[in-house]
Amino acid sequence: MRSVIFRTVAPFLTGLMVLFSIFVLLRGHNAPGGGFIGGLIAVSALAIYGIAHGVETVRRAIFFHPMAIAGAGLFAATIAGLVSLVARVPFMTGLWIYPSVLGTEIPLSTVMLFDTGVYLVVIGAIGSVALSLEERGGS
Amino acid sequence: MAASFSPPADLSAALVLASPTMAEWLVILPVAWCLGVGALLVMLRRSLGLQPGIAIAGLAGLVLIDGLLLTHVAANGPATMVMGRWLPPFGIAFTVDMTGALFALVAATVALAAGIFSLVDINDSGRRYGFYPLLMVLMAGVSGAFLTGDIFNLYVWFEVLLISSFGLLVLGSEREQIDGTVKYGFLNLVATTLFLVTTGYLYAVFGTLNMADIARKAENLRDSAPLMTLVGLYVLAFAMKAAAFPVNFWLPASYHTPRVVVSALFAGLLTKVGIYALIRVTVMLFPVEREELSFVLALAGAVTMLVGVFGALAQTDFRRILGYLIVSGIGSIIAGIAIGGPGGTGGAIFYALHSMLVMTGLYFASGIAIRLGASTSIATLAGLYRRHAGFAALTLMLCFAVSGLPPFSGFWPKVMLVKAALDIGAWWLAAALLLTGFLTMIVTGRLFLLAYWREGADTAGETAPLSAATLGPLAALALAALLIGLYPEPLLAAIQSAAAGLAEPSAYLNSVFPAGGSQ
Repeated sequence: MRSVIFRTVAPFLTGLMVLFSIFVLLRGHNAPGGGFIGGLIAVSALAIYGIAHGVETVRRAIFFHPMAIAGAGLFAATIAGLVSLVARVPFMTGLWIYPSVLGTEIPLSTVMLFDTGVYLVVIGAIGSVALSLEERGGS
Repeated sequence: MAASFSPPADLSAALVLASPTMAEWLVILPVAWCLGVGALLVMLRRSLGLQPGIAIAGLAGLVLIDGLLLTHVAANGPATMVMGRWLPPFGIAFTVDMTGALFALVAATVALAAGIFSLVDINDSGRRYGFYPLLMVLMAGVSGAFLTGDIFNLYVWFEVLLISSFGLLVLGSEREQIDGTVKYGFLNLVATTLFLVTTGYLYAVFGTLNMADIARKAENLRDSAPLMTLVGLYVLAFAMKAAAFPVNFWLPASYHTPRVVVSALFAGLLTKVGIYALIRVTVMLFPVEREELSFVLALAGAVTMLVGVFGALAQTDFRRILGYLIVSGIGSIIAGIAIGGPGGTGGAIFYALHSMLVMTGLYFASGIAIRLGASTSIATLAGLYRRHAGFAALTLMLCFAVSGLPPFSGFWPKVMLVKAALDIGAWWLAAALLLTGFLTMIVTGRLFLLAYWREGADTAGETAPLSAATLGPLAALALAALLIGLYPEPLLAAIQSAAAGLAEPSAYLNSVFPAGGSQ
């Protein structure tokens, strides 16, 4: 699998896929997409990079252990539900803020935080499985 | 920009507009708390030294939250919180009544005891493989199952606890453990799938998954819908989870393989979640169908008790004996569900709570005995009484409790069940209960006689004195059994109100649909 062509293309492909996964994650609120499918796309990106350049490189590149990423995602999702406690509405009610950055209004919500949590859990859990399978492939 | 994201229509009619009180937050807090602490522990997976402290503090917090929840429910009746503000039956509701709150509190107590016991039972490799995060996520699943008011959500929590239980079972990755896990996993996946299929069927019939909504709609659908089929399938699925005859064989085949603390935790929690679901569905949602199924349930209960206790008599492995005793206890609980009425349901709930505490304690005792005697078989264990009289006394208390002897916690539920059985004229069920109690006493007597009283080598196994973390949880559970046996009134009152709430769920319904709601 480690042909020159593949190794040359893999970084660009990985970058593109990670970018696309974030796009899918963000459009998920109003259109098809979301954290789960976005996370799967991101994991495929990592898996491709792992096949091309070795699992060790991927582990260095993502810096955190995949399980720690999954934990952070679960934590973010829990926090997204608990924000309602401060706002005095029932658990997991969607809350929105519209901060203005450089004149553009950006809608942010707890729903998005929850979805980002799902995204991270999927990256962490599936990534952990994919990377250890590649490691044991022995190629 | 903001306009394009605002809701296109006025949704206020579909939303809960009142802000929830702090007390209502208690309904969801056990689950959110466990998930949060679990996530934190996953992130701190490298800090093996910190993990037990955080987990035990988390479990102590859970006991506190569940205690407050029980006090709140006891004082104010069932409490509900809906997710995401949507009115039920569209928003997923968490509804807690006395039954759910009691089960949740006892489960949290058992988990706390297991957390403390794990200090000595789980080594660094177990911690590295994630014992503590799995424990917290398991508790999230168990608490969610006890507190939810939505039947599909109940399925989701079953899955959560099932997945973490797989992780806990293979901790150690020995050949035997993988064998046990495969049996456990296969049967439980079949049961869970059956549960899911039945829930899909129920949704097609009722058009709702909210338990309160199901309870109030069942009356009008009884003539036209195949409710008997639904309830039959649910009973089979939950009986598999609870390890009732004839689907009980997975439990003795898997519970003796994992770490002792994991067996203890499963003994206290997993089968009882199945029992809880069975009580919730048959007693509260479909009482008429339960009445019609009562003979089948009673028969299954009686056979389960006897199969369990005879199985225990035939075993020599300490933990296998306990596995069969769990099955036998499940039989008594199912007999209670079959009898019904305040005595039967109350007896079943009481027996389940007692069994959670006592079986966990007995598994702790088996772990200590195995470590002291360096053997798992009561044919070779010997002289434990001479080695450590205090430990032997605590074990004896739990043995009496599980046999249903006064003054321990097993006595009162047994009295309630036997009396309820005689009241409805089911003398054979009462005889089975009494015979099981007698045989259980022989089983535990044999256990105690061989492993504790028999003269034997004093040198085998560990000789270091038992630490507080080893003996503390065991002593706490044995004392709880004694306390409940000596002074059962407060618990009995709570259980009677729980059973009354299940038989007449108008308070539960009111909590979900205030002012009647729309059909």
